[in-house]
Amino acid sequence: MEALIYKYEHKLSEAGLTSEGAPLMGALDAELLWNRHDRKTPFLEMIFKKLNITALLFSEPKEPYRTIIDHLCRSSSGTIFPEDSETRTFLHDLPVTDGLDDTRVVSLLKQRKCVLIPGHGIIAFGTVSPEQAFITYSSVCFATFVKFFSDMLFKKKRGMISGEESMIFRRVRNMLDAPIPNAPMLARSPFSDEQEMVRAIEEAGKEVVRYGLVDSYFGNISYCFRNTLYISQTSSSLDELVGCIDPCPLDGSSCAGITASSELLTHLEIAKTSGAKAILHGHPKFAVIISMDCDRDDCPTRGLCHRRCPEKRYLDNIPIVPGEVGTGPFGLCNTVPSAVAEANGVIVYGHGVFTTGISDFNEAFSRLLTIENRARAEYFRRFDE
Amino acid sequence: MQLIWQYSGIMSQGCYTMYGWCGKILRIDLANMRFYAEEPEDSLLHSCIGGRGLAGHYLFPEVTRNWDDPAMPLLLFTGPLVDTASPTSGRMTIMTRSPLTGTVGDTSVGGNLGTFLKKAGWDGVIITGKSDFLCGIEIDGKNVSITDASHLRGMNTGELSQHIKGKGAIAAIGPAAEKGVLFSSVMIDGRFAAGRNGIGCVFASKNIKYLRVNGSGRTQIFNPKELKKARTDITRLIAASPALLGELGIGRYGTPALYDLMHTRRMMPTDNFKKTRFDYAPMMNAFTLHKTYQPQRAGCRGCHINCKKIAPDGTTIPEFESLSHFSALLNNSDLSSVVEANRICNELGMDTISAASTLACYEELEGRTLASSEILDLLHDIGLGRGVGIALGQGSARYAQSRGCPESSISVKQQELPAYDPRGAYGMALAYATSTRGGCHLRAYPISHEILRKPVATDRFTFSGKARVIKIAEDLNAAVDSLTACKFVFFAASLEEYAHVFFAVTGVSTSAQSLLKAGERIYYRERIMNAINGFSRNDDDLPSRFFEEEGSSGHTISIPPLNRKDFLEARSNYYKIRGLNDRGIPTGEKARELGLTWKR
Repeated sequence: MEALIYKYEHKLSEAGLTSEGAPLMGALDAELLWNRHDRKTPFLEMIFKKLNITALLFSEPKEPYRTIIDHLCRSSSGTIFPEDSETRTFLHDLPVTDGLDDTRVVSLLKQRKCVLIPGHGIIAFGTVSPEQAFITYSSVCFATFVKFFSDMLFKKKRGMISGEESMIFRRVRNMLDAPIPNAPMLARSPFSDEQEMVRAIEEAGKEVVRYGLVDSYFGNISYCFRNTLYISQTSSSLDELVGCIDPCPLDGSSCAGITASSELLTHLEIAKTSGAKAILHGHPKFAVIISMDCDRDDCPTRGLCHRRCPEKRYLDNIPIVPGEVGTGPFGLCNTVPSAVAEANGVIVYGHGVFTTGISDFNEAFSRLLTIENRARAEYFRRFDE
Repeated sequence: MQLIWQYSGIMSQGCYTMYGWCGKILRIDLANMRFYAEEPEDSLLHSCIGGRGLAGHYLFPEVTRNWDDPAMPLLLFTGPLVDTASPTSGRMTIMTRSPLTGTVGDTSVGGNLGTFLKKAGWDGVIITGKSDFLCGIEIDGKNVSITDASHLRGMNTGELSQHIKGKGAIAAIGPAAEKGVLFSSVMIDGRFAAGRNGIGCVFASKNIKYLRVNGSGRTQIFNPKELKKARTDITRLIAASPALLGELGIGRYGTPALYDLMHTRRMMPTDNFKKTRFDYAPMMNAFTLHKTYQPQRAGCRGCHINCKKIAPDGTTIPEFESLSHFSALLNNSDLSSVVEANRICNELGMDTISAASTLACYEELEGRTLASSEILDLLHDIGLGRGVGIALGQGSARYAQSRGCPESSISVKQQELPAYDPRGAYGMALAYATSTRGGCHLRAYPISHEILRKPVATDRFTFSGKARVIKIAEDLNAAVDSLTACKFVFFAASLEEYAHVFFAVTGVSTSAQSLLKAGERIYYRERIMNAINGFSRNDDDLPSRFFEEEGSSGHTISIPPLNRKDFLEARSNYYKIRGLNDRGIPTGEKARELGLTWKR
């Protein structure tokens, strides 16, 4: 447990979500351990006493998340409702409270996985591992980022943006890192053996995270090698794939891959229908944001865009399709495989991007990066228009 | 002979409507052939929820009785979510004192029984006394009748289900319970086993051959719109779960989908837990079963995961535990005999895990591998009370003891362990030991995070942090068994979502943490009941084999023996976190904190 709280403290700052040394993280088994001493520790210990949990994380986010979250908290009426896929699926909504009142914080944490406190930060917990708190924290940053930029574009297009909001938007915009234009050089096929191929998956996964094309938890990756699809496991971090890749025979002769990514079926279908060997699925923020920008306010399926959209939508030649996580009648497994073939890439509404490479991850990665950079440019073009 | 009683009480007073619960419990006293309805206080329903929680409340005052004491209650309870649109809510609990372990004895079972009991207007049924004749209990809404079932004596469960006329669901025992097999089960509709703990014996001790329940009522919902929204949140999570509705998940392949995983993780109990890898596993997996039997999807009422698999000819495909134990544990590579062994157990009414594990113990003591035909013959001998089957029917612990080799029984609190070798998942090791109903994987089911990576992956080869994780999971599953819902859905959803369902159904405000607290209270009461019956630290332990012998290491995975010191430290931590003293006994202080009574 002790090792885990230090690990995730480090990952938070490495991912640019918090400043170094900012996270306060506690883990409780028989004894309570903290990653460091802090004057807020007694406050968090009160929370530990009142909840049946194993881990707690409290940290102020780094910019631009801090400004974004504070803004969304202040303009909310107690709950923020992001509309990206991950929030809809896993977090549902984000409760907000003012100040460090442990009774209020506990009552909100009894309902949801986290609470947002403007001016102070985010509190998240885990019942099994500190990793849950880290994931929730990371997801909140992603969801609020997407919501902030989506809302601003929506308002700007409809002349609803206030002067204060314009000012905040400018501030946040100026804080964004510059886009990275060039993809890294990744291992080239043909791979001589399984080991070499698995190393290529691990390498590509790490780079996807390093380039910020996915927050460090979600996303998935696969490679089809000798009639077997090797795919990242569910709940695995793309930057930590050693030992977390499941071989899934294409003939389905083993269920050992039951721990594979929830998008296994989509990867299998893509591999079978497109002939692509390398598949990447990331959550690049601006591609997600741009996928949610639609001017049809009177559309009869408004509010259900993630499930069914009556239009064929594109960013340049990249299709934008609906689809929810995993399988089921509204699952993206029904929409992505056919669409991805159009341009070796597809954006899933409010969710992320799938790209493919015929022989290795160079093409898939490059496509993913290009789509994100293009989405970002298009976002600001539409905003500035 | 037929006795008929009709309940004519008026539940709803004025304009008061009860949501979720029926607000009525049916008491059946077989000794005096009396029936009456009890209307529990709202506060009792709110604190105990239903299912396992409510059954535990009614077992508590009687728990010192022997399991075959006519006054020992047999409790069948549904929960507030049963018979609603809440996902996976078609389950219920049957509880009494376990004939096999002497602990609290309970089993969560699917099928249709829970739903029909609710439709009949009952939150639960409490059966006491003993009938003078082998009887059937028929509940048709408010009508209760007792029928003479003497002519059904010795009848198999499947045949009996066909034989009983009338609509609804049927819970029945087979010949095994009548012959006193201590791991006898109750079969629901001939397919869904209420296994573990030997509950079937308590049916037999009361001279009950079957219980049929039918009803046509509807559970009142407080806020249907909110329920629809909460349901959508859960079904979305289910669709996102690879273990449930994924391409290789249990929705498609049933629980045998876990078979390959246990094999590749080198934690498949083999040869009576002497090894953890079975060479023939790749030829006996879910894919092979699927190809051979081409089963269709089926499941409990109200569930769209449909993990039950039934072949076109009606053959029930074994669950993972049965598949693994009738193959690997017995060194049996004949797949058809595994399917047949499962059928025999269901027909005769025996728990497959205990049956297979007892045979594995026998195999070890005999020093030879049983031929597949011999396995089937011995199952018949056990279930029909013939020859060596009579001794084997007492379970592996008693049998091994009688042979002077107690260490050959791989059991905890005399209940045989399921198909997850604890050397391959240390949380599972601790959970087996602390389970209030003896060797059981479902009290905490740490396989969820140690193997299936949900909600996140934990290191399966460490005890670090596991004490609290196991305690929380036990609380969680106690709440789940009380709502009631299926534990599988918690590979995907959590109490966070089910708290919304609970509110939408009942109108009673709650939260994930409040439900966990209720689960903690339910679990602690079980610890108290066991402590009253003499269970303590010495019983919260694992067979010595796991601390002395390594598993089947290889392919970069090492399966060493469990470190005894680490295990004891984790157990000690668990006691501290659970609020038990260092002997594993509940304390008055903790009991008071949870609103329970306990004096020692």
